[in-house]
Formats: sequence, C-alpha cells, structure tokens
Amino acid sequence: MGNYLLRRLAIAIPSLLGISLILFVLLALAPGDPFGELASNPNIPPEVREALRVKFGLDDPILIRYLHWLVAMLHGDWGFSFASRIDVDQLILQRVPTTLYVVGSSQLLALAVALPVGVLAAMRPYSVFDQIANTFAFIGFSLPTFFTGLLLILIFSVNLGWLPFVYRADINASGWQWVWEYIKQAIMPVTVLGLFQAASYTRYVRSAVLDVIRLDYVTTARAKGIGERKVIVKHVVRNALIPVVTLVALQMPSVFGGAIVTDQIFRVPGIGSLLISAILANDTPVIMAVTFVFACLVILFNLLADIIYGWLDPRISFR
Amino acid sequence: MIERELRNQIADVRAGRLSRRSFVQNMVALGLTAPMAGVMLTQSGVAMAETAFPYKEPPKAGGGAVRLLLWQAPTLLNPHFAVGTKDQEACRLFYEPLAGWDQDGNLVPILAAEIPTKENDGLKEDGLSVVWKLKQGVKWHDGTPFTADDVVFNWEYAKNPETSAVSIGSYKDVRLVEKVDDHTVRMTFAEPTPFWADAFVSAYGQIIPKHLFAEFIGGKSREAPANLKPVGTGPYLFADFKPGDTVLGKRNPSYHVAGRPYFDTIEMKGGGDAVSAARAVLQTGEYDYGWNMQVEDEILQKLENGGQGKVSFVPTGNIEFIGLNFSDPNVEVEGQRAYYKTRHPLFSDPAVRAAINLLIDRASVQKFIYGRAGNATANFLNNPERFRSKSTSFEFNIEKANQILETAGWKKGSDGIRAKDGKPLRFVFQTSINSPRQKNQAIIKQACQKAGIDVELKSVVGSVFFSSDTANADTYSHFYCDAEMFQTTMTQPDPQFFMNQFVSTEVATKENKWQGRNISRWQNKEYDEVFKQAQHELDAVKRAAMYIKLNDLVVDDHYILPENNRLRATALKKGLVMHESGWDNDLWQIANWYRES
Repeated sequence: MGNYLLRRLAIAIPSLLGISLILFVLLALAPGDPFGELASNPNIPPEVREALRVKFGLDDPILIRYLHWLVAMLHGDWGFSFASRIDVDQLILQRVPTTLYVVGSSQLLALAVALPVGVLAAMRPYSVFDQIANTFAFIGFSLPTFFTGLLLILIFSVNLGWLPFVYRADINASGWQWVWEYIKQAIMPVTVLGLFQAASYTRYVRSAVLDVIRLDYVTTARAKGIGERKVIVKHVVRNALIPVVTLVALQMPSVFGGAIVTDQIFRVPGIGSLLISAILANDTPVIMAVTFVFACLVILFNLLADIIYGWLDPRISFR
Repeated sequence: MIERELRNQIADVRAGRLSRRSFVQNMVALGLTAPMAGVMLTQSGVAMAETAFPYKEPPKAGGGAVRLLLWQAPTLLNPHFAVGTKDQEACRLFYEPLAGWDQDGNLVPILAAEIPTKENDGLKEDGLSVVWKLKQGVKWHDGTPFTADDVVFNWEYAKNPETSAVSIGSYKDVRLVEKVDDHTVRMTFAEPTPFWADAFVSAYGQIIPKHLFAEFIGGKSREAPANLKPVGTGPYLFADFKPGDTVLGKRNPSYHVAGRPYFDTIEMKGGGDAVSAARAVLQTGEYDYGWNMQVEDEILQKLENGGQGKVSFVPTGNIEFIGLNFSDPNVEVEGQRAYYKTRHPLFSDPAVRAAINLLIDRASVQKFIYGRAGNATANFLNNPERFRSKSTSFEFNIEKANQILETAGWKKGSDGIRAKDGKPLRFVFQTSINSPRQKNQAIIKQACQKAGIDVELKSVVGSVFFSSDTANADTYSHFYCDAEMFQTTMTQPDPQFFMNQFVSTEVATKENKWQGRNISRWQNKEYDEVFKQAQHELDAVKRAAMYIKLNDLVVDDHYILPENNRLRATALKKGLVMHESGWDNDLWQIANWYRES
C-alpha cells in the first residue's frame, strides 16, 4: 500500500509539470493583454505601460517566464495579481470559504435528493415513481444552470420578492439574523447547482442499484426472511454505492473550483467568479494559479478515489 | 474671428448679460469641455461660481446603510494605481483630492481652502506657478493632521516611474511642488501651463497620507499595507475590502465638513452584469445606486416603469466615432500594412468620404440604439444635443451621396456596386463585439448598399480589439482594415491631450509598437501647426479658439466621422440624492449624498 502510494505520487509529478507547462504556454499565446485597459486610457503615457510590461516581466521569452514562475511556485510564491497588485494566494484564500459553503451545500443537497430517489426508483423499475423520477432527472440535466438561475431570480426575487439575488459576503447583522441572512441568500444558488447535480447522480444511483438488486445474494437474503428494509440498506445499497462514491470523489475538485456560471449570475464571490474576472482582465498569474490548483486537486482526488475504492471492495488490491 | 466672439461672450458674462451656464453650454457646443470654459472665465477675471449642493442632515437615529452596486468589481484601493473608474470610485469613499469638477466645469474645493485665482494670488500672470491654500483642521482617519507635506509627497510618489503609478501623466510635467507653510503649497511648471488644474484635482488628484506611504515609494510601492487598508481624509472610514468583490465603509464621525456624511455604513458590491445590476436597483430595490448603466435604453425604461427608481444621465466627453483609414491596409511597406506614407485607394478621394459621411444615419442610431444614453453629433469633441450650435450639422441623405459619387466618376456596375478605374467601392468595416455596435454596423451597411457601396462587416472580441498586443493584427491600433468604429473616452478635462491623437508625430507604426495615438493615420500640416501653437498659448481665450479650429479641421476632412456623444447613465433608487458630474467620478461628492424621507 505504501509502495503504491509512493509510486502514484511519483507519477503525479511529471503530469503536474506537464499540465503547468501547457497552461502557461497557452496563456502566454492567448490573445489579449493585461494592460489593455491602460492602452485605451489616454491619460497614461505609453512609456508607463511599457515600464509596467518590463517590470512584470511580460516581455521575456515564454520559457524563461515559465521557469521563473516554476521556481517561485516551488518556493511558495504564487506571484501577484496584475489587476489588484496583491498576492494571488491571498486572493484565492479569501474566496475559499464562500466557495466551500455554496458549492459544498449544493453537493450535499444533490446527494440528499439523489440517494433516496435513485434507490426507490431502482426498487420498482418502470413504475410510475420511476418514470416520474426519470423524467425529472432528464429535465434537470438538460436545463443549463444559467437558465434555471435566471428563472429562479425571476420568480423568487422579481415577482415574489422573497429572496435577494445579489450574494453578499459581508453581512451587517449578528446572531440568528446573520445566520438566516446567510441561508437566505444561498438558497437560490445552492438549489440551482444542487438540483442540476442531483439529476445526474440520480441516474447513476438508479443504475448502480439496479445492477446489484438482481444478484443472487440479494435473493438469498430475501429468502432467509430478512425484512425488505434491511435487505435494501445493508445488502443492496452498500454494494451499489461503490461506483457512486468514486463518482462523488471525482466531483470534489469542482467543489473547490466553484461554479463559474452561478457565481456570475448570483454575484457569489467564489473561486469561479475570481477565475472569470481574471480571464476577462487577462490577469495571467491569477488564471495560472487557479487552474493549476484545480489540476492538483483533480490528481489528488483521483488518487483518493482509487484508494477508497479498494477500501470499499477488498477484492481490489494495490500493486 | 472666433477669438473676438469668445471675448465678447466673456464680456457679456462679466456684465451679467449672459449667464455662466449658457456660456459654458455655448463652449461645449463649439467642441470645448466645460472645465476648460470654466478656466477661461477665471482667467478673464470672472470668478468660479460657488456650487451649492443641497443636503439634509441625517435623522437622530442615523442615516442607515447605503448600498452601491457596480457590475465591475473594484480590485484595488490606491488612487494612484486605479486604472479603471471602478477603482477610482471605490477610492473616493476614503480619499479626497484638493478639488473636483462639477457638471458645469467649475472647480469645487474639497481639501483646498479655496480655488487659486489671480485675485487671491493663487495664479501668476506668467502661467508658471500655482499656489494652493489647504483647508485647516483636516485629519487623516488615524488622527494625524493633513498638511502641505502630504501634498508634496503625492507629487514625489506619483511622478517616480518606479512607483508605476497610473496617475503619472498628471504629475510628471510639474517641475516642482514645494511647501510654503503647513497649509500652503506652490506648484511650479517648467513651461507656461494654461491648464494647471490637473495634478491634485479629481480622480488622480486624490491625496494619500505621507506617514503611511513614505516607505513605499518607488519599487516597493506594491508592498504598502495601506494599499488594501486605506487611511484617508474622506467621509467614510475603511471597514473591509475583498478585492474583486466588496468594499465596506463606516461613517467618519470627525469628517472635516460638519454634519456629513449622511449614512452610517456604506457598501460597494461588484461583479455580475449591467442588466441585472439595473434590475437590482430599479426593480427589486436591493441596492440604492447602480454604476454606469450600459444597458439598452429600452430595457432601462421598462425597469423604470416599476416606479422603484430612475436612471439619471449626465453628459461626458466620450465619443463613438468611425475612422476611415488614411493609409492603405492592403499593401505591405517596411514590414507593416497601413503604413502612414501610403494612401488609401478609395478614401483618398474626398467624394467617397463625403458620401460615406452622408450615409451614416446618426439620428436613427441614436433613437433606436442608444436612446437617452447618446446624442447624435457631428463634432469630434462633445456636443450634447440640447446645446447644439447652428454652425455644425450632420445629414443623412442617400440621394445626395449617390449624386456626389456619380459626379466624381464612380459608376454603378452590373452588380450594383460602383467602380472607378477598375476599383470597386468595396471596403471592410470592423469594430469590437458589443451588441449596439453590431446593430450600428448593420445600419451603416444597409445605407451604403443603397448608394452602391459594398461594406463587409467584421467584429473582433473586445479584449483583443483594445489590447496593446503587438503580435495581433486585429487590434484597433494596428488598423489593418479600411474603416473601424470605437469609443474614445475623454478622461482629462483639458483637450490638449485629447486632441494630440490627430497629430502627425503620433501616427501608429510598427516602430512605436502601434502605441502612437493617431490611429487613423490622418495627417494635416495645418493641424500640426495649430496644435503646436496651442500647446504654448497662455491666453485661455486664444487657446480655446485654436481647439475649435482643430476640431473643425478634423471633422471637415471626413476621415474621422463622429457619430454619437455618450452620456453616463446611473441608476438610483427612489429617495437617494447624488450629485453627479460628467467631468469627475460619480462619487466625487459622496459626502453630500443623502436620502429623502
């Protein structure tokens, strides 16, 4: 097991290097310029713009810039944002709590919906309940989040006036009111993200349970006279969950990565909105850092998923 | 001639026969800015008007919270680094300049005790020095008194190229700023400077405290903790800042103007898009103020109908225009296309330019695309419709355009496209991707078709079009295209820098990495001469006459076709009173904002 872990981590290093090189070169070759805004501002002489380019090292060859970045990154220096002139790690850390709160709750909501619905649907395949669940699942993942988001805003903010549609990270209240305000403003983004995710989870859970429920040992358990409830919970679901757990583990990086579309619609100050505004401003150090962190998380959770898989199913061994 | 007229008008103002406001309006119609008109009056011995801002003291229980929504989020809080207006607006909560510009071009003192004039010995006859008297008893938020040292420091800080301040343009030409006493500062220029009210005024004039920034001048400027935690003299104390998201402030109880500000707390939220920001102010009322409503007027009107709030428009100097390429974008000379010594094969014929000018339906573009947020204009320098003078005009006339082309020898072929000497009247017209611009392009294409001109439309993503990327041929400054449309913003209230974008020495070339400001490559000897004279003309009236002349030279040659003078739109929730100005930031008078009960 220890050996396996070491080997996996060793393999991860070249892939991370490769990913970072590709990201860096792509960003360097992409059109656009972090000082574009300066260019259209006649108050700023071109010399200043040039000086800034030189100061921020934008005129060096790509490979040299990459090496500079890599060395700095290994020393824990993530660079600084061109737009706000502060360190990138600080900028990202500021966004983490909000992202975890919003995207994390939406994942929990997704699981809370998908598990019972998927299992019930699989227990009675092609029943009325299954049909309805299927229909909703299909509608759920066919509707893009920007559409459902705007729809909810139209209904709950504009027409009914119940919920705010601008997310505020600093709420001017204390005690229960603070908690309530926080929940209230997160309802819409969490619902939009959660139901979208739940739709696809439901399909996975249903098919996983269907695979297991017809196996001989389930029939044996039933024949022994164990209650239906116990059969489902102890014998079926536990085994059926193996692929679902892997799937959820692989979804985890996106919890950190945030949700770009919903962040934008509801003005949630998460990592997704940081990434999109950095892209719009051509703020390369920020784009680079966010995408690289994302790549690291994908690799890490991949490894984690493999390990969990082996733990859930002892037949799999690590070699 | 123009000069004599100007002098007569000023005499009328002095004698009280002409109101100050109508004088300013006349000047604006001639293509000057309101601040320049204000300076002209001051120099001629007419004192600046005292601008009064209506204000109501907050109720005993406090003024409550005010919430501002910007669809671009502020990313930094140091006014000397504030590139975009979003950052400047955020800085204005905490920092203040010596003076700001009001809507009519009057200089309004903020940290200054009075505006320098000849009468109070603030201005010298030779135009070489200005003396600012500072307001007494002003304190920084941390209790340190505000003095002349702070003002001197800001000049040293900004002009140092190592600091890489974006405000450098306002300070680098000031030769010396010295302290006369604790509350008096003298500014000396290397050359006679007719427009002195640039340094220490308005957005880039916001003063930062010496005691917190002195160590961080030059290369270390990025490391100053106060870049993110501002300590200013302004009406609000810093509470919290999340870059790219929110700025929070609370009332400064010891603000230097008694009874102000009104609100207990202020919140500035950024991000999202303009339409939903308009919705949050005008429809749901979640926010009190919506910044820069670049939303189609039709939508704004619909939202306003709910009665929750209204949109207010203020004139600016920004102009949307079409530039025809002076040079030939299809021939490569010295490793670059559109080389300034070449001539465009079609547009070098004045008849073609005159015809295109007649084919731009400015009135319809304004009516159907920009609505209240724009005024159709024929002047390059701004010209709001209600102030329009009778001497400038534009026309939309397909028949006349056809006639001009016919007379000039451009004959229609079998495909309906005119041609002369085997050259068909066909050109490519580019702009950035932005829905009103694409509609605008289509209107022009349609009209040109009716006159036998074939226009091919091209649109480029904004982030590419407006970038300074030397490797990308699609930027607006490369101008490897026949015609293009974009907006030029007028960030300085003085036209000198604005008008240098048509000087021959400023043409964009490969050598200056296409950073020259003369993008259409238009060159005119007379223009260069007059521009040079205007740079050193001390007499404000003569100088004004020269700029009017420059404007006419550009516009009459039809290479530059002004189309629409933009207005700045702001969404306000019912009851909130702000004091806006097109020549300064929206928040320039944030201390005087209040809520009507």
